[in-house]
Amino acid sequence: MTNKDRREWMGLLARSAPDSLAALIGPLPQHSFARAPEIGAVMVRGRAGGTGAPFNLGEMSVTRCTIQLADGTVGHAWVQGRDKAHATRAAIVDALMQGATADEVRGRVLVPLAEVAARRAATRRAKAAATKVEFFTMVRGED
Amino acid sequence: MYVAVKGGERAIENAHAWLAEERRGDPTVSELSIAQIREQMTLAVNRVMAEGSLYDPDLAALAIKQARGDLIEAIFLIRAYRTTLPRLAGSNPVDTGAMVVSRRVSATFKDAPGGQILGPTFDYTHRLLDFALMAEGEAPPAAPTAPADPVAVPHILGFLDRDGLIEAATPSDLTPPDLTREPLELPADRALRLQSLTRGDEGFVLGLAYSTQRGYARNHAFVGELRIGTVAVEVDIPELGFAVEIGEIELTECETVNQFKGSKTEPAQFTRGYGLTFGQTERKAISMALVDRALRWRELGEDFTGAPAQDEEFVLSHCDNIQATGFLEHIKLPHYVDFQAELELIRSVRAAAFSQMEAAE
Amino acid sequence: MNMQPISGGFSNAPLQSATAFRAVLQAMSRPGLWQAIDGAAPPAPLSQASGALILTLADPNTPVHLAGTLDCDAVRGWITFHTGAPLVAAQDADFAVGAWDDLQPLDRFAIGTPEYPDRAATLIIELDGVPAANARLTGPGIDGEITAFCPGDRPTAFPLGLDLILTDGARIMGLPRSTGLEFL
Repeated sequence: MTNKDRREWMGLLARSAPDSLAALIGPLPQHSFARAPEIGAVMVRGRAGGTGAPFNLGEMSVTRCTIQLADGTVGHAWVQGRDKAHATRAAIVDALMQGATADEVRGRVLVPLAEVAARRAATRRAKAAATKVEFFTMVRGED
Repeated sequence: MYVAVKGGERAIENAHAWLAEERRGDPTVSELSIAQIREQMTLAVNRVMAEGSLYDPDLAALAIKQARGDLIEAIFLIRAYRTTLPRLAGSNPVDTGAMVVSRRVSATFKDAPGGQILGPTFDYTHRLLDFALMAEGEAPPAAPTAPADPVAVPHILGFLDRDGLIEAATPSDLTPPDLTREPLELPADRALRLQSLTRGDEGFVLGLAYSTQRGYARNHAFVGELRIGTVAVEVDIPELGFAVEIGEIELTECETVNQFKGSKTEPAQFTRGYGLTFGQTERKAISMALVDRALRWRELGEDFTGAPAQDEEFVLSHCDNIQATGFLEHIKLPHYVDFQAELELIRSVRAAAFSQMEAAE
Repeated sequence: MNMQPISGGFSNAPLQSATAFRAVLQAMSRPGLWQAIDGAAPPAPLSQASGALILTLADPNTPVHLAGTLDCDAVRGWITFHTGAPLVAAQDADFAVGAWDDLQPLDRFAIGTPEYPDRAATLIIELDGVPAANARLTGPGIDGEITAFCPGDRPTAFPLGLDLILTDGARIMGLPRSTGLEFL
């Protein structure tokens, strides 16, 4: 497991819809809370001019949670919104992905979530593409 | 004499009960769900998120329902709620260059790479009431699709920047000042002004922006680029030691290209105004960019013409609709004692004047 | 993975942090009197009292400075996980924790500005047992005068100045900037 892999699955879990994750994860393994699910805010920042100095744009709601599996593995989650059960499930998947069943969990949970996310982005892009203006230039001039 | 007044408890309770009944309206008409508001009153939800300064569509929809559609009241509810949330972190600045765009237009370059993408816009509608919507219609057919180019859509102003034709927007990693944590001190830097404008009242910011177009601190704005789409929000997680995406939000970004400056020593360059807002809120984002540009007169070496949009103290002190409505609406609440004092004063002044007149006769 | 950093927080945060906050209020409004404060089990060498103070008072907006032996991985990791407070140099700190000698010189810490006297540091001073009283305390919250142990003098220019909280095991004593100190 590299930090890059972990970044990727944590991001995917955070962006996933609570219902989709709940449906895929099935019964939860035994776990305890190192930090019970907590609802808070993250201050979202932008940059002046898109690339310049940072400024505070406004907050978004977020829920974070840290769980520990029976074997001691720790899983973290920071997910958009106020769904504590969703944050708990995301933290459990994070912990499972560090263990022996990682490949099985990836196939059962992460791959379908990634497909849903990709489909959503593709649909959006395709609808946007259909509204792209195709200019044509009227011929004018002397000759 | 100060008289403490107590009472009205029953009247207030009954007023609340009636308010709840009025909010629901005719019970034979089906009730609005939060999901309906979120999905079908999306632009109202977006405005409440932008000015409430909290990105959470479900809560914004709830606030609109509870406020009976009064958006400033809904924004007030969201502002009150957000103060109860612990601040867990600040995000890394979002990368709007990597936005998955649903709309992206430029008024300055017809053939910009990535193209002109209209998106779900009102711009070319005829503003005729659609009576078909009055009948409970079927869902409209799905929007057409076309093969998409998966590459990121670059910022148009980047092209001007590369050629040195526009002032640079130089990156920095400074932690920006936060209006919600430290009292506002003037002069404010640009980061504080942008925060104030993005949560400012849409109508107020629109009015100021319009005033610059009409000549009060004119700055000849072109919309270099307007884009709407989703970006990932990334936070450095202290317990992990690296950054993780915590979700995705929709933003509207407007970059304006404004009148250039130049001198004997510096070649002429265009200048910039910037707007960035939560949700699909393009009127607000464009307005914000125009006002941002007007407020930058000092750093760009321009004259202060006395125009409201240039006056930082005026703009920042008055653009917040919750501050404004709080102070405005409080004057309808009991001021019996204050007014009693005024009444006594005017009576004594009049009595003195009458007795003088009598004495003169 | 090392579990040390993530254990030892409040098990019932709403109740325990409110109780601990009440203890801090009591300590600051009754200078010179010791108050019990518990609920935290931080990694050594941080005391229980300092752990509870940090859990109660620190968050991502309050930079913390760790002095001397407290500036170790275990304590840093614990504070980061439980509070998200940035760990900083003395001059940037809202809270500083350490032994009296390790916190010197005190003029490194912010004492506030005339416009914002609240922008001053609070020093959490770890004692290992409390020596005999060596100072006479007077001022707000003290009926006349009281004697107590105080590790040394601190810069004051009231309303500017440093607020001190002494810790010993699972108890704290407040020495706010408003308290007059006269060493015996």
